Amino acid sequence: MQKLIRNINYLWNKFKNDNRLFWDELEEQMIAGDISIDTTAMILDEVKKNAYSENINDPERIETLIKSEIIKILEINKNTELNIPHEPPAVFLIVGVNGTGKTSSVAKLASMFKKDGKKVLLSAADTYRAAAVEQLQHYAEKLNLDIVYHQKFSDPGAVVYDSIEKAKAKGIDIVLIDTAGRMQTSHNLMEELKKIKKVISGRINRDADEILLVIDSTTGQNAKKQVELFNKSLNLTGIILTKTDSTSKGGIVITIKNDLKVPVKLITSGEKLDDMSYFDAVKFTDLLFS
Amino acid sequence: MFDTLTARFEDLFYKIKNKGKLSPTDLDSALREIKLALLEADVNFKVVKEFLENVKTKATGEKILESITPYQQVVKIVNEEIIKMLGPSSGGISFSSSGPTIIMVMGLQGSGKTSSVIKLANYINSKFSRKVSIVAADIYRPAAVQQLKDMAKNINVDVFFQSGLDPVSISSKGVEFFRKNGSDVIIIDTAGRLQIDRDMMDEIANIRKKINPHLIYLVLDAMTGQEAVNIAYGFNEKVEYDGIIMTKLDSDTRGGAALSVYHVVKKPIEFISTGEKIEDFDLFHPERMASRILGMGDILTLVEKAEEVVSEKEAKLIEEKIYKNELNFEDFISQLRSIKKIGSLDKIFSMIPVPAINKNKVAGKINLDDSYIDRIEAIINSMTVEERRKPHIINGSRRKRIAKGSGSSVTEINKLLKQFSKTRQLLKQYSGTKGKSGMPF
Ligand SMILES: Nc1nc2c(ncn2[C@@H]2O[C@H](COP(=O)(O)OP(=O)(O)O)[C@@H](O)[C@H]2O)c(=O)[nH]1
Ligand SMILES: [Mg+2]
Repeated sequence: MQKLIRNINYLWNKFKNDNRLFWDELEEQMIAGDISIDTTAMILDEVKKNAYSENINDPERIETLIKSEIIKILEINKNTELNIPHEPPAVFLIVGVNGTGKTSSVAKLASMFKKDGKKVLLSAADTYRAAAVEQLQHYAEKLNLDIVYHQKFSDPGAVVYDSIEKAKAKGIDIVLIDTAGRMQTSHNLMEELKKIKKVISGRINRDADEILLVIDSTTGQNAKKQVELFNKSLNLTGIILTKTDSTSKGGIVITIKNDLKVPVKLITSGEKLDDMSYFDAVKFTDLLFS
Repeated sequence: MFDTLTARFEDLFYKIKNKGKLSPTDLDSALREIKLALLEADVNFKVVKEFLENVKTKATGEKILESITPYQQVVKIVNEEIIKMLGPSSGGISFSSSGPTIIMVMGLQGSGKTSSVIKLANYINSKFSRKVSIVAADIYRPAAVQQLKDMAKNINVDVFFQSGLDPVSISSKGVEFFRKNGSDVIIIDTAGRLQIDRDMMDEIANIRKKINPHLIYLVLDAMTGQEAVNIAYGFNEKVEYDGIIMTKLDSDTRGGAALSVYHVVKKPIEFISTGEKIEDFDLFHPERMASRILGMGDILTLVEKAEEVVSEKEAKLIEEKIYKNELNFEDFISQLRSIKKIGSLDKIFSMIPVPAINKNKVAGKINLDDSYIDRIEAIINSMTVEERRKPHIINGSRRKRIAKGSGSSVTEINKLLKQFSKTRQLLKQYSGTKGKSGMPF
């Protein structure tokens, strides 16, 4: 990720005589970081209010104010803990639009849980994309995990059904379900996910323990619609933000948090299996400002 | 792609339209709305600034404030400037005059390179009937080669891959191999990479040096945010490319990235990808994209597609029947089938120029579910030929029989019959006023 606000000292000196231009510049930089117009305005209004009331005359302190506003937003619903019920197996459903990093996130999660000594099973419910199963199989072999898969184009609901049954029989702790990428606007494919969700609750007598939406951090304002519509269909429990090693500033997360309150639980920062960590609002914001 | 940019413009122009004359403050608030809309659409903020300057200069220069049709004038200017900002129309592919045309594709992880390679291969194959082959140079992502092989098989295209080699050697060996086997076009699919990853960017620069492609495309996800320009710029600095393939335009993204990249890098968008099916791939038309953004819908695309599937003769016949109020269920089902050929219902719907606000309302109500067509088809299939030709004879007992045969309820049959007679009336009215109907609905 890259720095959200550049050269605040320089801006301060340049626009010494025109406050408005100073704030305009800040606004632009925040929008350029994919924070929405509304969220930007909200943050800056708050910052201005504080800056004036406390008579702050120092750009670095203004930067600190912005930072703390962002942390405040990111800490809404800050619970990143993954829900693992007492009665195994825990069932996690991983969803998202095409190419965001669902399959590799499944592998990274699996690797994380395996290190914790948990028994993990991979469920290859992407029966649509060419070689999607082979991709997941590769990870299963690498991590030495059980995997359940069916034929190409078969019903993903059936894969999920078999996965949970097998997990029960084999005393598996966590079932990670990889699904095919889909646009949030595709009615039929969103219905398919709802059906998968029903299959899960039918098997474990509760909702899936986690329903995680994978979002690519280079995505612009459309990410908001992704969260909105996936959430409407599935009731998400959290977000995995991928590719934070890119040059994007991930500002869309701030907007999502502010508008929709769905918690970001995990981030990935590379293509290696251990490039995944729990989301930390303060650390994340530090990255944006360092 | 119905979206807020469209909605904003529509609201805005609606306001101006109702006023007749435009005051200088109107112009300013118009510009403000445009600014917000473009930013929300992920257009790069620097590009937005320039855009606004241009519109303002033009609007002032053309004296639209004094014009009695300011609405049309502003639309015209905004439309023109957006088209300009989107770059030229796709020139298509210019093939090498001697030997095979070598094409290399590159981009970020997950941008849609592999499926674009397949769609491009299929496009070249079917449009120009040239022999296309593909080299698989992504040795990093698990099963990437398998994905390419599986997809290539569906379109009967050969893939070259050799394990144990680095991507540069694979590429040069692959090109040599297909050169000898008489391929007309050789496409190289590369691994996804970040434009700031030095080693990976060196790698792709080396591939280029070694095989010297005639054409290089950058694949860019249409949902990309403000970073799109830096991505497009970063790749171009290291490996200059000829054009851009923009993917995932079937999402509801407002596509601001498309507006920015040409403007910043001056590399044209050549192709767009609009779905997961192999045929969901097309040349880029800035006018269409602009009119879509402006809320006029992508009517040109729709008309063209409809023309492809409905022959003129057929259309004439239908028109006549509509006019004489003789339209029956046989026509209806053949029309339904044509619609299915054009694409999924929600895709067709997104191309129709209805104001975005209404569209969202309607879309919510009618659930654009393709299985709806299937259900209707099942019902019509359960009718006798006579019933299809003369819908008015379908009485109570016939309805019961049809319901049974098609696995639906009598209520559903009643609904369909009612809808049908309504549609028939509407169509008659439509044909009465317009006089021309080449469209299957
Ligand atoms: N640089 C980087 N690439 C990633 C990250 N996560 C996933 N990817 C890459 O993104 C591409 C698509 O990932 P994949 O898991 O197949 O996406 P899916 O289609 O959503 O299942 C692959 O090339 C991954 O290696 C990340 O955090 N950083
Ligand atoms: Mg996948």
